[in-house]
Amino acid sequence: MKRYVIVFSAIMLLLTAVGWGQDTAGVAAAAPGGSPPEPPKNVRAFDTPYDNGHSITLTWESSASDTAGSLFLGYRILRSDTPDGPFVDRGLVPAGATTKDDKGVKEKEEDGYFPRNHDFYYKVAAVTAVGETESPVVGPVQGVGQWYNRGKTPVAVAVVIFTGLTLYFIVRAKRGAVLYIRPLAGIDAVDEAIGRATEMGKPILYVLGLGTAADIATIASFTILGRVAKKVADYKTSLIVPCYDPIVMIIAQETVKTGYYNAGKPEAYNQDSIYFLTNQQFAYVGGVNGIMLRDRPATNFYLGKFYAESLMLAETGTVAGSIQIAGTDEVTQIPFFVVACDYTLIGEELYAASAYLGREPVLLGTLKAQDYAKALIIACAIIGVLAASFGWTWFVQQFHVGN
Amino acid sequence: MKKEIPLLIVFVSGLFMAVQFFVPHASSEFIYEFVMEWSIIIGIFALALGIWSLVRVSVNKIRRRSENWPYAIVILAGLAAMMVFALAWGGLESYMFRSFFNYVMIPLHATMFSLLAFFIASAAFRAFRARTALATVLLISALVLMLRFNPYLGPLGGPEAGLAQWVLNVPNLAAKRAIIIGIGLGMVATSLKVILGIERTYMGSD
Repeated sequence: MKRYVIVFSAIMLLLTAVGWGQDTAGVAAAAPGGSPPEPPKNVRAFDTPYDNGHSITLTWESSASDTAGSLFLGYRILRSDTPDGPFVDRGLVPAGATTKDDKGVKEKEEDGYFPRNHDFYYKVAAVTAVGETESPVVGPVQGVGQWYNRGKTPVAVAVVIFTGLTLYFIVRAKRGAVLYIRPLAGIDAVDEAIGRATEMGKPILYVLGLGTAADIATIASFTILGRVAKKVADYKTSLIVPCYDPIVMIIAQETVKTGYYNAGKPEAYNQDSIYFLTNQQFAYVGGVNGIMLRDRPATNFYLGKFYAESLMLAETGTVAGSIQIAGTDEVTQIPFFVVACDYTLIGEELYAASAYLGREPVLLGTLKAQDYAKALIIACAIIGVLAASFGWTWFVQQFHVGN
Repeated sequence: MKKEIPLLIVFVSGLFMAVQFFVPHASSEFIYEFVMEWSIIIGIFALALGIWSLVRVSVNKIRRRSENWPYAIVILAGLAAMMVFALAWGGLESYMFRSFFNYVMIPLHATMFSLLAFFIASAAFRAFRARTALATVLLISALVLMLRFNPYLGPLGGPEAGLAQWVLNVPNLAAKRAIIIGIGLGMVATSLKVILGIERTYMGSD
């Protein structure tokens, strides 16, 4: 018997030496996968900062079983109103994650409602194919809405500085300070363009773009339209304003009417020349292009919010032989206008145009404030580049804006 | 009072919207959403005014036999047809309404949009004539980018790929950011002018 035991032991040793042992080791390595996973550690639940109160943030340290190449499925978030449960599944977070915002909607009547100021208890479970292991219960924790988003402090500071600058220059302008404003070729050309239309006996086409009355570009365009309308009334030229948005149309009618009144020619105002065309983008393009090709306006103004239609309008205007003055704050459309129009107001120049046309000291003061604010931004950018280059990140971090 | 009340409304609304940006609380969100919903409702009523304006202008054109007046008939006929299909024949899901929308409106829109390719070609032809030093730079930049993104040439890995990326990421992005910063400041300045009542043209008065 003893001889058989020795032979068996020798065979086993031999087999181990030739590789059977590797298989045995593989089985041994798989053994942890066969047991439940380790739970996540240091689970924390707290009110999500700077939100409307309908969210709780959870953080944890990864489970020891959450390793690369393992069959770890993720972390299940469990929530209850009481520490003893029952706990409701709030979703599975993928392996490797260590944070989750448990949030919902604020409307009580809707699915996924997440109450504010309500005690919640949480557990985070590590999940594998074998099973789940839950962390200890944490809580109570409440979602509370905040009244100030500290993450937006850099924006608030910038707004306060800029508002201060603007008010300062407005006061200076009111006191009679002479403010130099650089010439804008596009605005200087307005009078020339209206004069040309008068000489040719052809109308002027004014396109306010696709923006709504709430868009700043459209508001700036109304101001320019008012000045253009006054000059048009002075020169006894006709003005066509096809509108994309009905509210814009109503405001444009009032603006043009006021321009005619200011020129002392209210009887020359024709409401039918400012009309609604359509609120479909390409139908609007078709309509405006039709006006250009049929009426052959001497001058086309494209001032406001423009998208893909910008080049289609401007190219048709070129074909119609019109002088074209354009301006938009849509960065992607500016190159199209630059290529196809005679004069283009680039970005902020559109907003500056009203002050430039009116030459009112108060409006010029706001332009001056913009110039100083830009100088400040350039200075900050240079300091930031230098600071970051020398590894001093504090300065750059002060400009970080949170959600 | 005729001007003071609208100015006060603008001041209060503008100030609220500016402050609301910094307040994440649900109460602030509620008021913001309430105001936005009302703006949509007002927009719907304004659409009726817009349609009335279109009808009035078109009818006047037909009545006066103005130049190109038959186009006004097409406008009114199209408007009436779509309204009748929607209101009298089963709403927006009616066969005629959907057919006109899918087989007339959408193809017409697509046709207009596709014309953009030809407009870009004609504009590029004019812009790329190397008459000045700046126009030459524009032409060279455009050639580099066109080489880089031309689908028929396939993915190129030569020096033009790096150059194209540099043109996009450095001079192009720098110019874009400069414009965007200017636009941002201009927006704040214009908003301030409106909120403070300095800019009033939108109210129909200088």
